Amino acid sequence: MDSETPHGGNLEIELRLLVEAIYLKYSHDFRDYSLASLRRRVLHALTQLDCATVSALQERVLHDPHTFSRLLQILTIPVSEMFRDPSYFLALRQHVVPVLRTYPSIKVWVAGCSTGEEVYSLAILLREEGLLERTILYATDINPQSLERARAGIFATAQLADYSASYQAAGGTRSLSDYYTAAYGGALFDRSLCENIIFADHSLATDSVFSETHLISCRNVLIYFNKKLQDRAFGLFHESLCRRGFLGLGSKETLDFSSHAKDFEALVRPERIFRKR
Amino acid sequence: MRAPHGIALAAIGASAGGVEALLRILGDLPPRFRLPIVVVLHLPDERTSHLAELFGQRLALTVHEATAGEPILPGHLYFAPPGYHLLVEADQSLSLSCEGPVLFSRPSIDVLLDSAAHAYRERLAAMLLTGASADGAAGLAKAGALGGFTAVQDPASAKVATMPAAALALWQPDRVLDLPGLHRLLIELDETSIC
Repeated sequence: MDSETPHGGNLEIELRLLVEAIYLKYSHDFRDYSLASLRRRVLHALTQLDCATVSALQERVLHDPHTFSRLLQILTIPVSEMFRDPSYFLALRQHVVPVLRTYPSIKVWVAGCSTGEEVYSLAILLREEGLLERTILYATDINPQSLERARAGIFATAQLADYSASYQAAGGTRSLSDYYTAAYGGALFDRSLCENIIFADHSLATDSVFSETHLISCRNVLIYFNKKLQDRAFGLFHESLCRRGFLGLGSKETLDFSSHAKDFEALVRPERIFRKR
Repeated sequence: MRAPHGIALAAIGASAGGVEALLRILGDLPPRFRLPIVVVLHLPDERTSHLAELFGQRLALTVHEATAGEPILPGHLYFAPPGYHLLVEADQSLSLSCEGPVLFSRPSIDVLLDSAAHAYRERLAAMLLTGASADGAAGLAKAGALGGFTAVQDPASAKVATMPAAALALWQPDRVLDLPGLHRLLIELDETSIC
């Protein structure tokens, strides 16, 4: 599978053909994802979907939408948690909320929301700050199954103890259990949190800006993109954000290597909170 | 067995006993040392790590915790951040992933070595040190299979022999050395490198 060619082996060729096929057939664009983790996930998919080669997987994906749907679950890594990096949420409370408070209505975009843990975390934070009722939260992702789970707002109880500790560390003013009802191994989050959340299919790779926003939180999504696609995403964020709007990234992500570096300034650098210049 | 020349990147994995082992092989490198180094060192699950500070104070290299998309530069040493896999891209940059743990580890040594092997092939030197896990064995074997130079700490000299022994069971590396030997090997890799 790794026999040498000028392009670095059959596997690289097969990967490029697979993502091209996915794009042409299903309009999902993985062509500018980081190759190293894409390779890992596709090889993982070969095992899961019982295919001998990437070419065999490509044939099945082209002729069987159900296989593509299963592959999409593997390629999009639905890994999320509530109040991940509590200091990020604390910094939002301390440095971003006071400015959001000055707007009569607020729009927040959680780009790449996966299964929704971060959207609910932000909704809780905004409710405690008295801002949720005048906020519209756009929660977008490319994976319809993840969006469905996000809409349902049911998370496994196994993680609740960790989430609860993170919620407290993030400056939570109540108890996380005030926001959910636990039953049958799942925690159903308060439906009133979702009243102003719009869950929508949106791709940072192929779609354009849909609304002006005041805060965009996009954490650990761009780590899977190559530089070109990161630049596209930063361009969308810049276009969507209002004057002096806020952008929150993952704790190991940076704008430093982007052509949009000069379009943003660091507001709380250790927490990766930036502000549109 | 291949000669240690034409290397452009060293990737090192270590677990239990790894801090001391790394300080031993990376300490007192010559000031002209340019070969970039990427490291996965397993730590107890913590959200913040002080590895970069700890090593930065003791080594002549420029030491960072890796940031997503960061270019790999000569004379720099990059640690995987806690809670993320560290991967090497073919365009000589680093990427991160929140994918689940591999062999109970995130960062995983296998993920680092496997990605580096695909990205650098015969220009990669992969090293595996002391540790109480089998993580890294498959990655080292992949590095060797794709033409990379491979070295494993002699299990007899390792604080915990499990990790180097697991690698030796999978792959016959180009060198099996104690820590002073691995230190000298790094200098040799740098002197004959293409950096």
